[in-house]
Amino acid sequence: MATVLSDTGTHAVPTSGGLMLTPEDVARVTGWTLKPEGMCRDELCVPLADSMQRDGRIDVAGFWRHLGRPVVHDRAGEAWVLGDGPDERQAALEGLQAPDFALPDLDGRIHRLSDYRGQKVFLTTWASW
Amino acid sequence: MWQDLQHCLFDAPFTVIAVAEEGRGAEQARPWIEQARPSYPCLIDSDHRLSALYGMVNVPQCAWIDERGMIVRPPETAGSTDHFRRIDPATRTLAPDLARARLVARAAYIQAVRDWVRTGRHALPQDAVRARLPRITADMALADAHFRLALHLRRHGDAAEAATHFATASRLHPESWSIFRDAQELEPSGLAGGPAFWERVHALGDRPYYPPPEL
Repeated sequence: MATVLSDTGTHAVPTSGGLMLTPEDVARVTGWTLKPEGMCRDELCVPLADSMQRDGRIDVAGFWRHLGRPVVHDRAGEAWVLGDGPDERQAALEGLQAPDFALPDLDGRIHRLSDYRGQKVFLTTWASW
Repeated sequence: MWQDLQHCLFDAPFTVIAVAEEGRGAEQARPWIEQARPSYPCLIDSDHRLSALYGMVNVPQCAWIDERGMIVRPPETAGSTDHFRRIDPATRTLAPDLARARLVARAAYIQAVRDWVRTGRHALPQDAVRARLPRITADMALADAHFRLALHLRRHGDAAEAATHFATASRLHPESWSIFRDAQELEPSGLAGGPAFWERVHALGDRPYYPPPEL
């Protein structure tokens, strides 16, 4: 089993020999779905090379790097991070729509920025350190 | 600091949202939040997700967002100043004139936020917002991935391997004080303000730790 951290959260997945996941697990972990035209998320589809598929599993790390996005893992290959790509992040900022997020308060209740549409928002960070 | 702002704008369609960039989780932030008793949302961001999304590199930084969800002021220092760099190391206090100047600067920033909410003043035109946006590089994106892995490893007891990923993250994104400081061992005070921090601050020379916002 491995733990994969992505923009959809933290997921436990069965894997071996790198990050080879079933299409179902790929969809759960990344939001990308395998279709005849390739890997698709929202309106975007990207062809999936044969080299990134084996025995019914998908080389997620290879696919992620193919997208130009960072992939890092621990020495044991038990914890992986599928990071956000710089180009997508920059494009999101330059669109000037404030990136949405979902974060908990101290009671565990999730707040999204989009929950506050209709108000001016002063979004500020702080830390105890 | 922000509760006064929220309070005086109670009748406006406005909210502060304060996000704690706390790699060690909610319990680090809890005492501060409970003491402040804020009337606005105080959220816990244990993966520094907000910093990654908005290209923020320090705390406190802020973004101003209008009713349509559009950024009208991109990330900037939220009312803090570099006066702390002149704290007397023996007494750990600031000279009265410097303490006053710090308060004046903070009050001016809070007033600017009030003016924006009441009149729209200080909201930037779109081209000015774009010109001031951070530039997200491949190194910064890779740094964020290493940092997130490091936080995960630290949470699960692997401090040694976490340290290597913290170091890589900081090397890839040296401008991020948040990455640097949340990776540090905490002082007894709970702050990441040990010798390594001060050495890094001194290395700034004339460059600001808290770049002042252009109002």
